Amino acid sequence: MSKKEIISIFVENKANVLTRIVSLFGRRGFNIDSLTVSATNDPSISRITVVFIGNDQSLSQILTQTRKLEVVKDIFTLEKENSLYRELLLMKVGADKKERSAIKEIVDIYRGKIISLSKDSLIVELTGAPEKLDGFMELMNCYEIIEVCRTGITGISRGPLSNTDSDD
Amino acid sequence: MKLKGSQIIMEILMEHGVDTVFGYPGGAALFIYDSLYDYQKRIKHVLTAHEQGAAHAADGYARATGKTGVCIATSGPGATNLVTGIATANMDSIPLVAITANVADDLIGRDAFQEVSITGVTLPITKHNYFVNRIEDLANALRDAFRIAQEGRKGAVLVDVTKDVTNAVYEFEPAKPRTLAPHPTIDTKKMEEVAEVINSAKKPVIYFGGGVASSDARNELADFLTKIDAPATYTLMAAGVLDADDPKNLGLIGMHGSMAANRAVDAADLVIALGTRFSDRVALNPNRFAQNAAIIQIDIDESEINKNVVINYDIVADIKDALNILTPLVKQANHQDWVQMVHGWKKDINVPLADAPLRPKEVIQKACELTDKETIYVTDVGQHQLWAAQFIKHKNTKSFLTSGGLGTMGYGYGAAIGAQLGQPDKRVIHFTGDGSFHMNLNEACTAVSQNLPIITIIMNNHVLGMVYQWQTVFYEKHYSQTEPQRKTDFVKLAEGFGATGYRATTPEEFETAFKQALQSKGPVWIDCEINKHERVLPMIPNGGTIEDMMID
Repeated sequence: MSKKEIISIFVENKANVLTRIVSLFGRRGFNIDSLTVSATNDPSISRITVVFIGNDQSLSQILTQTRKLEVVKDIFTLEKENSLYRELLLMKVGADKKERSAIKEIVDIYRGKIISLSKDSLIVELTGAPEKLDGFMELMNCYEIIEVCRTGITGISRGPLSNTDSDD
Repeated sequence: MKLKGSQIIMEILMEHGVDTVFGYPGGAALFIYDSLYDYQKRIKHVLTAHEQGAAHAADGYARATGKTGVCIATSGPGATNLVTGIATANMDSIPLVAITANVADDLIGRDAFQEVSITGVTLPITKHNYFVNRIEDLANALRDAFRIAQEGRKGAVLVDVTKDVTNAVYEFEPAKPRTLAPHPTIDTKKMEEVAEVINSAKKPVIYFGGGVASSDARNELADFLTKIDAPATYTLMAAGVLDADDPKNLGLIGMHGSMAANRAVDAADLVIALGTRFSDRVALNPNRFAQNAAIIQIDIDESEINKNVVINYDIVADIKDALNILTPLVKQANHQDWVQMVHGWKKDINVPLADAPLRPKEVIQKACELTDKETIYVTDVGQHQLWAAQFIKHKNTKSFLTSGGLGTMGYGYGAAIGAQLGQPDKRVIHFTGDGSFHMNLNEACTAVSQNLPIITIIMNNHVLGMVYQWQTVFYEKHYSQTEPQRKTDFVKLAEGFGATGYRATTPEEFETAFKQALQSKGPVWIDCEINKHERVLPMIPNGGTIEDMMID
């Protein structure tokens, strides 16, 4: 029974750390959907967010095998109920004068931005929960999508007693 | 005090009690070797014929002594030649520190002469590795390497140091070896639950592996065994933990394990797995392994839980710690009927073979009979390895050195050299096959120059026996590349190296040769003529269960 899990990994901010993580995933055959890395407020620590697809057994393997790496300080799953996920999407759409306003309407509903405009195309920037981005992409399918780029998910656990997600 | 990088390496070796290292010099390692020259009274450097031999020797030294083995190599080919040895040690959780020199930092990444990114190469086969191109990082990297090699589940660590760092001068502060992280704390409630499960079992079996040896839990295992009154079987990595003559000892488990061991695990209602990882050579069919039993697994490595076989009760702990808590919690049991039933499954497999005057079992038993119980046995990989595992009367831990996980042909001679240097007062016997021995017999020159009285027993059947056996059984006797038609004269070859060689074609000839070998001061080879139709039995093919066991 395959499911999607978001995993957060805190690692030492040193050369080759990402290689160590990715090499482990590769050689153990862990199936990764997306992976993002960034600095944290502590300059010695980086945070990696992984979208992992697998069953309970492979989830337990990815957690315990990764935890063994010397560079890994902490690893845990971000449970859907008490975490927030965000992703950034850039989309270049072919659009002439006639189509522009219809596209702008969709972008506005999704609270996105048109960040570049040329005679026959425009570029949309949209951030949000991954499902929102999926929904947007589906709606845009009837237009001429020239290029799409998504950053992959980054996630954080909520503070106690908080259950708001302004993106809902 | 201010020291050069190469001197810092020496000081840190001494901080960790390292008095013997194995290696091979080269251009990038010149400063390191210059310091080894200065420190030669305190650190003995053993020059091998090939870096692979150095890595295996450091591994053999570690297995025979329990200390961390150290090998040194130069950049490029020196470093890549260590790779098989590092992987061998890491797969068997053996503490090893490999130090490699790399080209100077200003040449790194420019495909310089003898440049290789050895940290990249060894990433999947080490617990951790370091690339050191700043002198200020050197001491910390080396100290952490020694810590990591011994901490938790042991393993191999590599430290790659650029040549400029070995010559740079930096302030050095002597320090004690790093404190190892404490063992995992044991959940007593979980342990009580496990004790309950053990108390209510009717047909328990213990299956243990290298983790018991690694945690030095031999006595604790014996006490536990007595208390729960269960038979026990072991993996290749744990030969010697339980005395061969112990009536509870069922012998080896798995593909070439004993009938009694494999049947017992299959019939058991509870399997207690201690320091072992359900490898594919043990749990040949992971879905049907111990199919009638609940399984308790105790291991120091959390990632081994549920990795290959689904576990019912798990305890993440050092085996010695765990047994010290568990044994007092379990009731004194009496499983007389079960133990007797399992005993009844013990079977001496003796397949007659025409035209085979000298048989592997006789050779091994005779060698054991003529040496004391402190003897260290080292093997290569193949048929002789399993015969040695089956027929040696294992008496001690750290006394059966074999490449279990990686299955490295050519492991034996280097490992025997390391073992003999680590345990100079013990007898070291190296069992090999003509296939394995051809891979790394060049280390004979090392055994000769170090004047080591290692006795090498070559099971010479003129074929690559294990593959030959599989081809016989499963590939319609298509002997593809397993009959090499070599004409090597091992007696002359031994003499050519400055060692002594004997040939044996009968048990009498073997006994005479072996007795002479025991008198020798230097290395001796005994070339034993073995019939190529000798098989390792019993045998359960991959994916099989006890029902698929072949006994003739």
